[in-house]
Amino acid sequence: MRFSKKNLLTLAGALLVYFLIFSLQSLGMISKFQEINLMMLGINIILAVSLNLIVGFTGQLALGHAGFMAVGAYVAAILTMKLHQPFLLAIIAGALAAALAGIIIGLPTLRLKGDYLAIATLGFGEIIKGVANNINYIGGAAGMIGIPRLTSWTWLYLMMVLTILVIVNFLNSTHGRACVAIRENEIAAETMGINTTYYKVLAFAIGAFFAGIAGALYAHYFYLIQPTTFTFFRSFDILVMVVFGGLGSITGSIIAAAAITLINAALQDLAVLRMVIYAILLIVIMVFRPQGLMGTKEFTLDRWVPKRGEASGSAGN
Amino acid sequence: MAGFLQQVINGLSLGSIYALIALGYTMVYGIIQLINFAHGDILMVGAYIGFFAVVYLKLNIWWAFIIAMAGASLLGVIIERVAYKPLRNAPRLAALITAIGMSLLLENGGLMVLGTDIRSYPGGIITNKQLPLSVLGMQLTATTLQLLILAVTVVMMVVLQYIVHYTRTGKAMRAVSHDPDAARLMGINVDNTISVTFALGSAFAAVAGILLGLYYNTIQPLMGIMPGLKAFVAAVIGGIGLIPGAMLGGFALGVFETMVSGYWSSKMRDPIVFILLILILLLKPAGLLGKNNTEKV
Repeated sequence: MRFSKKNLLTLAGALLVYFLIFSLQSLGMISKFQEINLMMLGINIILAVSLNLIVGFTGQLALGHAGFMAVGAYVAAILTMKLHQPFLLAIIAGALAAALAGIIIGLPTLRLKGDYLAIATLGFGEIIKGVANNINYIGGAAGMIGIPRLTSWTWLYLMMVLTILVIVNFLNSTHGRACVAIRENEIAAETMGINTTYYKVLAFAIGAFFAGIAGALYAHYFYLIQPTTFTFFRSFDILVMVVFGGLGSITGSIIAAAAITLINAALQDLAVLRMVIYAILLIVIMVFRPQGLMGTKEFTLDRWVPKRGEASGSAGN
Repeated sequence: MAGFLQQVINGLSLGSIYALIALGYTMVYGIIQLINFAHGDILMVGAYIGFFAVVYLKLNIWWAFIIAMAGASLLGVIIERVAYKPLRNAPRLAALITAIGMSLLLENGGLMVLGTDIRSYPGGIITNKQLPLSVLGMQLTATTLQLLILAVTVVMMVVLQYIVHYTRTGKAMRAVSHDPDAARLMGINVDNTISVTFALGSAFAAVAGILLGLYYNTIQPLMGIMPGLKAFVAAVIGGIGLIPGAMLGGFALGVFETMVSGYWSSKMRDPIVFILLILILLLKPAGLLGKNNTEKV
């Protein structure tokens, strides 16, 4: 993080958004419905950005992100609800447990490519769901009810900014470049001396880590988690955000996560019709713009901020 | 021992349904390298077409099979033309997402049109009697429905083998799956061949749908999801893209699943199936009957 003009501007913007919503909330101008969607929006952004690291940047098609989210949610909920530990500790433990799950699933299965990896990760998500169904300590199929509501706007926003910051900085480092090289051509990357397994597992672990955070935030906002909360469709929902925004575009993921959350909120009353519209929208987008909204481009402020000297930051391209 | 053989009999009839579904996955994967996630939902549509044919058109079950096969084939071809064909040259991921989107559309469209009611085929459309079997002095039972399922599946598979190996269309299918560009140069209409593949696969799914409806005695709009996923697992276990692999995988998975619920717990059935999938993928990524291809630079 350099204190270039652009970074300072971004920081100011981030703070402004935070205080704007914080004061609106304090003044009671945000309804319950809006608050739920605001929280969902933040959680979805964390999930989409972290999955984009795996799918968009490292090129590993994973369909089990909800599984990592489930690990984070359950571990964090056990810590706060059953062991009465502080929220921060619970979030960290949940995230670490999810990262561990990412490594465990990543190490053996990353030898698989493309569709096979997709199926293996899909199976992994189903296994987590099935295992959670069978453990009585965490409520089995009924799930955990009465998790303390600890997720506030401040926690959510902090974690969201942290996720974006860490992942963007990771991507701009040597490690991130190595991941992109693997996406572009795995064999060529290996020939250039990149340890592909190491980087794939690293991307998996980091992606899972933040999915775990999202899970912890989710559990502590909605009181209730059940194995069916984290099905294949949840994973798919996140994947849709990533693909809709553009594989390999962090800002694309953020915009898409926001857009899809808002579309979902707007169609809330339509029940089943909502899913039909959602599915049709998805097919139409894929057929007419398979590369997603942003492609691999990033939305940057450079266009509006006059460039002078080294003022252009490192995030855009 | 008798209990074990009984589980095998139960497993084989369930497994033959998986095998029928898996054939559709494997044929489509073999020809355009796409996991057709909507396949399980085509099965559901097929089951409903059969249901309506029996209940409202008062047809017998054999006509219901034929009408359901025709309807599902038409649906399969429409889906292929509308959603998958425009993406033939797009990134693989885009096609996969479209397939999942199509699956969501059929499921929720089904929920919208048909409601969430669970229906069942009227009793008496198929005679279902317990048949005592005695194998090596052991008393086992099989129902006529189980035998029917097995018989229908075997007949369908023989027909498929004949189509794929001895007809012009079958030869075209094998050529396209081997190398679409070369096939096109040889004068094969690749688009039509792909459509025929979808039609055949969907027809098989429709048969599987009706059999599933009879087997569990329920049909509902989300009935295709789990059998669809499991049949896909079966296709991968056997070696995706291979027709004998789909059959082997389907039977193996059916028996394995029945064993897990019989000897352990039916709640562990689904997770264990997916653990098996991951193990197979790790030990033999190309499936039991597949050959490992080394990637060329």
